[in-house]
Amino acid sequence: MSRRKDNYENSLWKKFRGWVDGEVDLLADGMETVDLSRRAGGNAAEAGEISTIPADSDRIRRLEEYREQKGLKLYRRVYQVMSVLLCAAIIFVLLWTVVYLPVFGEASNPANNEVAARYIESGLQETGAVNIVTGMILDYRAFDTFGESCVLFIASCCVLVLLRIDRSSHDDRQRKISEETNDRLYEPKNDIILQKCACVLVPVIMIFGIYIVLNGHLSPGGGFSGGAVLGSGLILYLNAFGFQKTGRLFTERTYRKVTLCALTFYCVAKSYSFFTGANHIPSGIPTGTPGAILSSGLILPLNICVGLVVACTMYAFYALFRKGGM
Amino acid sequence: MSFVQNFPFFSIVIAMFSGILSSALNGKQARNVSVAAIVLTTCMSAAVLAFCLSTGESYTYMMGHFPAPWGNEIRAGVLEGLTALIFGVVMLLAVVGGMSHTFLDVEPEKLNLFYIMIDLMLSSLLALIYTNDLFTAYVFVEINTIAGCGLIMIRQKGRSFSAAIRYMIMSQLGSGLFLIGLTLLYDVTGHLLMSPAKESVAKIVAAGAYEIPMLVILAVISVGLAIKSGLYPFHSWIPDTYGFATPTASAILSGLVSKGYIFLLIKIFYRVLGVENVIASRLVNVLFLFGLAGMIMGSVHAILEQDTRRMIAYSSVAQIGYIYMGIGLGTEAGMIAAVFHMFSHSATKALLFISAVGLYEVSGEKKDYRSLRGAGYRNPLAGVGFAVGAFSMVGFPMLSGFISKLLFATSALQSPHKMPLTLIGLAVSTVLNAVYFLRLVITLYTKNPDGEKTGRFRIQSGMLKGAILCFILLNLVLGLCSQPIVRAIGDGLAMFG
Repeated sequence: MSRRKDNYENSLWKKFRGWVDGEVDLLADGMETVDLSRRAGGNAAEAGEISTIPADSDRIRRLEEYREQKGLKLYRRVYQVMSVLLCAAIIFVLLWTVVYLPVFGEASNPANNEVAARYIESGLQETGAVNIVTGMILDYRAFDTFGESCVLFIASCCVLVLLRIDRSSHDDRQRKISEETNDRLYEPKNDIILQKCACVLVPVIMIFGIYIVLNGHLSPGGGFSGGAVLGSGLILYLNAFGFQKTGRLFTERTYRKVTLCALTFYCVAKSYSFFTGANHIPSGIPTGTPGAILSSGLILPLNICVGLVVACTMYAFYALFRKGGM
Repeated sequence: MSFVQNFPFFSIVIAMFSGILSSALNGKQARNVSVAAIVLTTCMSAAVLAFCLSTGESYTYMMGHFPAPWGNEIRAGVLEGLTALIFGVVMLLAVVGGMSHTFLDVEPEKLNLFYIMIDLMLSSLLALIYTNDLFTAYVFVEINTIAGCGLIMIRQKGRSFSAAIRYMIMSQLGSGLFLIGLTLLYDVTGHLLMSPAKESVAKIVAAGAYEIPMLVILAVISVGLAIKSGLYPFHSWIPDTYGFATPTASAILSGLVSKGYIFLLIKIFYRVLGVENVIASRLVNVLFLFGLAGMIMGSVHAILEQDTRRMIAYSSVAQIGYIYMGIGLGTEAGMIAAVFHMFSHSATKALLFISAVGLYEVSGEKKDYRSLRGAGYRNPLAGVGFAVGAFSMVGFPMLSGFISKLLFATSALQSPHKMPLTLIGLAVSTVLNAVYFLRLVITLYTKNPDGEKTGRFRIQSGMLKGAILCFILLNLVLGLCSQPIVRAIGDGLAMFG
């Protein structure tokens, strides 16, 4: 027969039970305190979700005071000093590495190998693009470029998640309306100087953008740069004439349709090209005469697709940041 | 060329295309497209695995009309097929299991955007697995990062925004370091494709040239990918990220995304830098020590945590530590153990997050683990699922966690200098794991003292039940039929070389 324990309240078993039930924490001292203070510290949004134990509140308050007065200041100072030191160390290491790298522009550098030689020597015959860079990004390494346009696509999706104000939330809708009136207050919509300048500039910018996109395989330029020019033209127009007039040309529906069609075409066309290439089937796409506008096979339509995606993404970013919709 | 060899390319493109298509669909349609895409790509991965096992060799696949050093290329072997298969299964179960919660957490108008993120996440994971080109890897690392960020912030409640910002900053730091590493590597080798780059690296090492740049490249790439996968000193983004995202997102981020980067790191070690050079550089020792520190500290943090999901998140820090410790052992067996633990952890952690959904549903959606008291009786299957996951994490025999601990311990015996530390680390970490996981399990199966019923929150979700059952099955398969999988990992690593 074991002796009956009188002080059950203080026994190890009771403590263990309490810990399992979450009433007592065996590790309550020490690091736990930091944890609690962080949880309690300044997030009112979470306050409803976390049930704070009453017994802890006193301790939390004391910790808060301590943190405010001493701990936080010290921590911040140490943090600042350490981050500057760390950055300096990394900069030093990287600069030190550069010293040992091949000298810039030497003919014997490892980067000047058979890869670059073939791009330069036979790029024109193989891709039909006078602009070798376009030939590289849209033919030799088209898979990477497809990835890049998907980066743009998913970035615009993320901005949509973050900034689009939907019909579902009525409060947001009210806010949007008030923001629009504010917009009118702070930015005069009928600025005559801006409008006259835009009348002259926007057509020129648009035509220049289209030129860059269409001549991407012939001269410096291409989908990414031309698309950026097109997008900035749209943004200028929007700033001069407001959302109502831009809406006649460009709405969210247009944005969706254009992005969908451009990326789908890119996806299908390049998949065909990859599939035929990997299976050693001739693709049957003519490269045309180098230098003509209709040449270099798929590069021209792909440039147009990339240009459309970039222009739409730029405009969408601007519109979403401005008022949370298009 | 056999038709099956096209499947890696098909699966990447299908996943991407379903994402593009989803932008024009509503939430439900987008979900169907997404689930269909995951099922299809998983079947294709299985076919690729079967093909590679039957032929016994890997193959490269030209992306376009131009051969290796000029055009893009992808590569498939046993290890790629196996990883893609397991990732696909885990992703499918995570999406299906967390679906009811996703519909609650995400605004209906934005539901299709959520599934776009899932699709592109899948495509980027597949591309990271199959890639044979360093720059392709970087592009898809970017897609992966942005999609991960979107998955976190789409919940738009609580601290998910600050978690997303923290994730983004840390992740971009990792991507930046990775990109710097790739640029330096291109500068000294002149190649972006893995196979020619490896030849150049071998020549450079043999000639003894560029010693310091090679060391910096190795360090910068490893640290960049370690930050992105959440190795211990860089883990500060993990708890908020996994704790505040919607459960599907938590399961995918913890189970798959961090593993995708680790897989890429292993692939770069084997296919570009040469694993013998990595070991000779002693960088593995650094990874080993950080891994050990992560194993201990992650568990200590988890013990101090009150919020169930943050507790599971801190446990991820510990498990990532295990994987890096395995890589850090610097032996073939250690690497096999690390890869196996990658699979084991992705199956188990996703199971924990998904079954936690079922337990939350019957306990009033509170965060504190005490609110889960008795939840194991109110939702028996989710309770069993959680218990299985917890036991597997602790290393209970028959479950996958046991096999990975066994593999780590046996592989430690082969490297005499690291054996004592590894074994002690394993023992301490196992005990610490047991402390907080068993506390959770005991809480689940403790009857409420006042007999209060919280059953009114009950949501009958058939899909959740199915997903939990499949996850338990996956865990048992990994635990009971580990031998063929371990052999396949060994074969796959041999094909890398």
